[in-house]
Parts: sequence; structure tokens; C-alpha cells
Amino acid sequence: MPFPTDYKYTKEHEWIKADGNNASVGITNHAQESLGDIVFVDLPKPGTEITSGKTFGSVESVKAVSDLYAPVSGTVTEVNGELATAPEKINKDAHSAWMIKITLKDPTQLNSLLSAADYEKFVAEEGGK
Amino acid sequence: MLQAMGARSIDDLFSPIPAEYRLERDLKVPRQMAESEIVDWFRERSRENGESNATFLGAGAYYHYRPVIIDSLISRGEFLTAYTPYQAEISQGTLQAIFEFQTMICELTGMEVANASMYDGSTAAAEAVMMAARLTGRRSVIIARSVHPEYREVLTTYAHHQNLPLSTTSFKDNGRLNLEELERSITPDTACVLIQSPNFLGTIEDADAIADIVHKKGAMLVVSIAEAVSLGIVEPPRQADVIAMEAQSFGVPLGFGGPYCGVIATREQFVRQMPGRLAGQTTDRNGKRGFVLTLATREQHIRREKATSNICTNQALVALMVNVFMTIYGKVGLKELAKQNLAKTAYAAAQFGKHAKILFPGSPRFNEFVVQTSEDPYAINSRILGHKIVGGLPLKKFYPELGNAALWCCTELTTRSAIDTAVGLVAESERSMKSAKEEVDAQEVVR
Repeated sequence: MPFPTDYKYTKEHEWIKADGNNASVGITNHAQESLGDIVFVDLPKPGTEITSGKTFGSVESVKAVSDLYAPVSGTVTEVNGELATAPEKINKDAHSAWMIKITLKDPTQLNSLLSAADYEKFVAEEGGK
Repeated sequence: MLQAMGARSIDDLFSPIPAEYRLERDLKVPRQMAESEIVDWFRERSRENGESNATFLGAGAYYHYRPVIIDSLISRGEFLTAYTPYQAEISQGTLQAIFEFQTMICELTGMEVANASMYDGSTAAAEAVMMAARLTGRRSVIIARSVHPEYREVLTTYAHHQNLPLSTTSFKDNGRLNLEELERSITPDTACVLIQSPNFLGTIEDADAIADIVHKKGAMLVVSIAEAVSLGIVEPPRQADVIAMEAQSFGVPLGFGGPYCGVIATREQFVRQMPGRLAGQTTDRNGKRGFVLTLATREQHIRREKATSNICTNQALVALMVNVFMTIYGKVGLKELAKQNLAKTAYAAAQFGKHAKILFPGSPRFNEFVVQTSEDPYAINSRILGHKIVGGLPLKKFYPELGNAALWCCTELTTRSAIDTAVGLVAESERSMKSAKEEVDAQEVVR
């Protein structure tokens, strides 16, 4: 599955899709493949402040619990409630299964994130190690 | 060995130690004994144990009957040697036993999920409190002063490095929590309120009323149960968010403080913040019923420093004792057992009440009650020990305001003759102290 070119990516395997001052955040297809069957997602409540590089929740698969890292700083405006009962949506289509929507604190933070091509290269290098 | 080290003698080896610090004589240890002498020595010592004594001690460690089949079953090699059953393929028996344990604990407590298990009732209570802090995101805890004082000490230790301020809330003259004070003390930062029921003073709390107050303020209610047998007749605190229990009463022997068997039971929605082992039932590829450890992804062997808890091992063998006990007694047997405890305690409290003051009247109790005397309870205890009776626990060091008070406990193993003897011995001194006091009073009137 290709990585959408209009998204930005982190080395911790989150994606962020920004639209002006708003953005949605999820995990990449590569992340869901490594995790395996996802059984639970622990997400913050709307109104929570999240900080770039800090954890904002966790994703639990049958193998492990992994932290979710905020790609940028901002405030949570919406949480994808569907994932509470159907976390497998992340396995089915990671790039459309958004986890949280946020308002950005500083849109310039997006510039320091990886592009689709950079992320693809990063994943390939990581896998080759 | 000296040769290999290049030392000429033992003295040479110790030469770096200044002469004045060296011991110039033999150590004062007894001479060696033959094995037969050692066996004799220990036999002699074991006769000094008070095994035939009647005991009225409870306070978190209860003397109940242990069916003989418990030790026969847990001594089976498969159980006795089992460690954490990571490999489901070779651990079906252990996993099934754990699953049954959890199921019966849920039935007993009215909760939806239970783990198997924690170290003891105190660590279970502490872990339950940590759970509430994680779930609510709030950072302070209120503990009833009627919770076992040693459980409160364990909590203080736990909270010390967790940046979790603890405060206590008091009890009333009837032994129950002061609800008005409780309501006032809950703040928007209170993660949970921890109570014990039956509490340390033997009183059964009004858990429903407490739950209403706590929930209204958005906090969680953790209920500690130190005497598991009470669940045979006392309504479980179903309104609690977490129940932290000590299951020692169910077939675990009393011995120098352990091992015990802590349990946490909670609602399904909180399962991911519950520490400890959890066995689940599933079906294998051939559709046959099987058991596996489940929800282990938050445990420290997988998540290290981010684990839900660092309580790292379970008490499978001790939990198995509890499991066998619950199976043998069953619903009817447990109820009957609880009734016997209740009846003996009611009789004992009534008898003591004729000669001394029973504190906290008017509230329901299970198998413990507080007796206040004129005589110092330590003095009473050393006096009645001569009659092969272990008296109640003096409460002075925990609750100095109660004066000469002691916590007495009766179980199904307490005989009526032991109760009558103990009451008789306490009554003797109460009468003489009372008449001595009356004499003094009379003299003062004369003056």
C-alpha cells in the first residue's frame, strides 16, 4: 500500500494529514503490519493538549502495546469513536483510519516531518538493517 | 587454596586487617550436632508452639479450617513446580485452575473480571488505588482510617514515589465511615476513596451509600475485603469500581506472615488497567476448549518500564489452595461457614458485653468486634495465655483514642468453651477493678 503523498510522517510511524490549522493523525500501514492484529486503541479525550514527540495514547495488538507519539503539538478536537469497537479498521486501511483530529499549535512544525518519499526510504532502510 | 592465593597461612591472608580488629578466640557458636540431635532439638522446640491454644486473633489473618484435600492436590508435581504458564501448550491444567479461580472470584464479588493474583490484600489494595489514579487521571487518594493499618502503611510506601498524596477520613462512634466528612473531603483531584468492609474494627460499611457519594464527585470507589469468608453472607460491594481482596481465609494456612493471596476484581471496562495475570478461555484450531494467558501485553515482561505494574509474579500455588477451597465449600458450604462465624461472634460479643464495653454498637459486624476493658489488654493477654488462650489484638498502637481496647475474632474453629473461659477470665479482673474503683469512690464520698 503506497503512502499518500499529501500526508506527513514520523519516524515513530504516525501519519498526519493537515488541512490549514486542522489535522488528523493515525498510524501508517507499515506500523499496522508490524503490530499485527490490533485489539485496542487508547486515545485521549477531546480537549487534551498533545505535545510534539510525546505520547498521546497507545495501540495494543495481540503481540504488544505500543505508544502513540504526537507528530506535532496541538489540541485534540475529536476522537475516532469507531475504533473503540472496531480497532481492526486500522489493520484494514491504516491510512484512512484516523485516530484523533487536532488543531495545530504551530503549523510550521509540519515542515520538520518526513514526506511520503522520505518515510518510504526510512522504512526500507529500517527493514534492511 | 592458600597456596594458590600465594598466602603462607590464614594469619598471613588476614594480615591487611589491623591486629586489634582481629578476633583472638573462637566464635561463640554451639558445638556441632548430629542429625539425630538436631531432629530432637527441633521436636522439642515445636512442642513450645501454641498449637493447641485457642486463638481470638484476626485482624487480617484468620484461623479457619483447611480441608485436607487442599494439600494433597497442590502437592501434585504439575502444580507444585509450575511457574507462570507462558506456554499454553504445556500448561493447560494450571491455566484452567487460574481461569476457574477468576470465575469463582467474580461470582463471589459480583464483579466482571478478576485477576490471579496479587501478593496479598495490602498490595492488592495499593495496586487497585494505582489503577484508579491511572483511570481517572486524578492525583490524590482518600483512605478510610478504618482500613487495616498495615495496608495503609503499604499504601504509603507505594504512594511515596508516585507523587500521590494520601489523606485519611475518620469513622464515627458506630464504627462506620463519617459520610459527611467524606463528602467534604473529596475534591476534583480525588482519584479514589479506599474503604475496607468489614473494616478493621469489624464493622460492615454502607458501601452503597459511600459509592453514591464517591461517584457523584467523579471519583472511584475501591473496597478492600480482608476477610473473604464474609462474602458467604455479606452482600458484596457491587457498586465498587475495584474490589481488592485478601483470600487467605480460603484454605491458606497462617504462618509467619505469608504467603497470602491478594485478588483484584473489577468491571470489564477497566480491564486494561488491571495489573496481574489473567487467564482466558478460547478454542484451539480443532475447536476444542482451551486456556491461555490473555491481556499480558501490558505486563512488565513485555512492556518493561511502561508496564501497568511491576508486581511481576503471581501466586499460582496459593491461588490454587483458594481455588480448591472454594470448590469444596461451594455456594451452600460457604454460606454455612459464614453463618457459623457470625453466630459464634454474636455469642462471644454478647457474653463479653455483660462484663466489658463492646465498642461500635448498632452497626452490623461479621466475625470481629472491639472489646473495651478497664484492664490493659496486653495484661489480659498475658494472663489468659496461661490458660492456653490467645486474646484479641490490642488496638492501642493503631488507635490510641480507643484506650484499653482489643479486636477479638471468632471463626468456625472457636469453641463455646474457649469463649466462656476467655469471657470468665476477662470478667474476673473487670469485676475486681470495678469494685476497687467503687471502694475508692465510696471513700471519697465519706470524705
